[in-house]
Amino acid sequence: MKYVDEFRLPGTARSLVRKIRELGTGATFMEVCGTHTMAISKAGLGPMLSPQVELISGPGCPVCVTSDMDIDTAVAVAHMPGVILATFGDMVKVPGSHGSLSDASAEGATVKVVYSPLEALDLARSESDSEVVFLGIGFETTAPVVAATILEARKRELRNFFVLSFHKLVPPALRALAATEDFSVDGFILPGHVSAVIGSRAYSFLPSEFGIPCVVAGFEATDILQSVFRLMQALTARPSVAIEYSRVVRPEGNQKALSVMYEVFEPVDAEWRGLFRLPASGLGLKEEYREYDAGAWPVEIPPATGDKGCRCGEVLCGKIKPSLCGLFGGACTPDNPVGPCMVSTEGTCASYFLYSYDEVD
Amino acid sequence: MCLAVPAEVVEILQNDVAFIDVGGLRKKINLSLVEGVQTGDFVLVHAGFAIEIIDEEEARKTMELFEELACLDEIR
Ligand code: SF4
Repeated sequence: MKYVDEFRLPGTARSLVRKIRELGTGATFMEVCGTHTMAISKAGLGPMLSPQVELISGPGCPVCVTSDMDIDTAVAVAHMPGVILATFGDMVKVPGSHGSLSDASAEGATVKVVYSPLEALDLARSESDSEVVFLGIGFETTAPVVAATILEARKRELRNFFVLSFHKLVPPALRALAATEDFSVDGFILPGHVSAVIGSRAYSFLPSEFGIPCVVAGFEATDILQSVFRLMQALTARPSVAIEYSRVVRPEGNQKALSVMYEVFEPVDAEWRGLFRLPASGLGLKEEYREYDAGAWPVEIPPATGDKGCRCGEVLCGKIKPSLCGLFGGACTPDNPVGPCMVSTEGTCASYFLYSYDEVD
Repeated sequence: MCLAVPAEVVEILQNDVAFIDVGGLRKKINLSLVEGVQTGDFVLVHAGFAIEIIDEEEARKTMELFEELACLDEIR
């Protein structure tokens, strides 16, 4: 078993689509993971299930929910003399209010793309005259990895490795969404890999306090369809958090990853694009690890420039589909993105642009 | 961004370092975030770290469920 191809089953997918259509209720479900958004668009599940089921995207793309202010801070840090800013590739082209990291690099800042924060650690060792700052963007999937890297930096006694932590926590964002007055989503398709770390129990407030059923889903089309089918069934049952992705996700999550994450980080208030400032929804470095915190550096950020007309914030909350943004497909395309939802391949605008051509008109 | 890929652990060294097999290539990963990984286990790899062990038994159950669904449809 390789755990990939075995789950790509066109026959199963077809029969699931049929079963879902037979139930036909007109329900709306929200997926909260950029990788799900991409998988759904790629497999064309949206049109297949409509009008019985409407699938909308939530704030599931870490790059997209990062605020302009945080991007501007990263750009300002990259411009500091002697700094090498190391980042995952997804962040490089995301525009803040004063350009992107890629623009900063064109202007002389040193920006390095890494696949793992451990590479940034190696960079700190080889470039001992520089200060290497790793840009920490991501949800609970990524935060433990960055925490483990900070522990490793301490072990290796590296003094020139720092982290700019803009990590975010998924449950507080879902709570904020669910509490919105006009929120009319009938169920959540929950992120598989965030849930691998935090466990399905972390979402139990969604059924218990808001009456919203949830399914933690895997990433193949069959996984997602099976999750939609289970959500349809849940509409008439007592709401709960079910796990479709049981080959990876447990109710209690990965306790070891969580303990590493909370050894280094603690919940802090964070700014989300589209959701504004949410209490205890981000992760900052704890007092004991402040020496690694580039977030404590004094940086000067020029005031934000005018509104670019990007409606990413509304897209991320599922309030509008990308095609309702006046810039979509015209002034804003993956080659010339105005907002982060068009930059990241996992962004809702980019997935719509790449895979649902009929929506461009 | 939360992309994680399944891969088989082919060798475990000291200090939480291990090698996985990716399409015939050996790649180094870190095991410090998972408990009790053994050679031959499949793990989910994200940004150079194993973040969870894949449960073979559960994987089989999901597959059986999928196959059942496909068969049901053929009978109709
Ligand atoms: S189409 Fe472009 S400008 Fe419009 S919301 Fe999406 S990313 Fe923003």
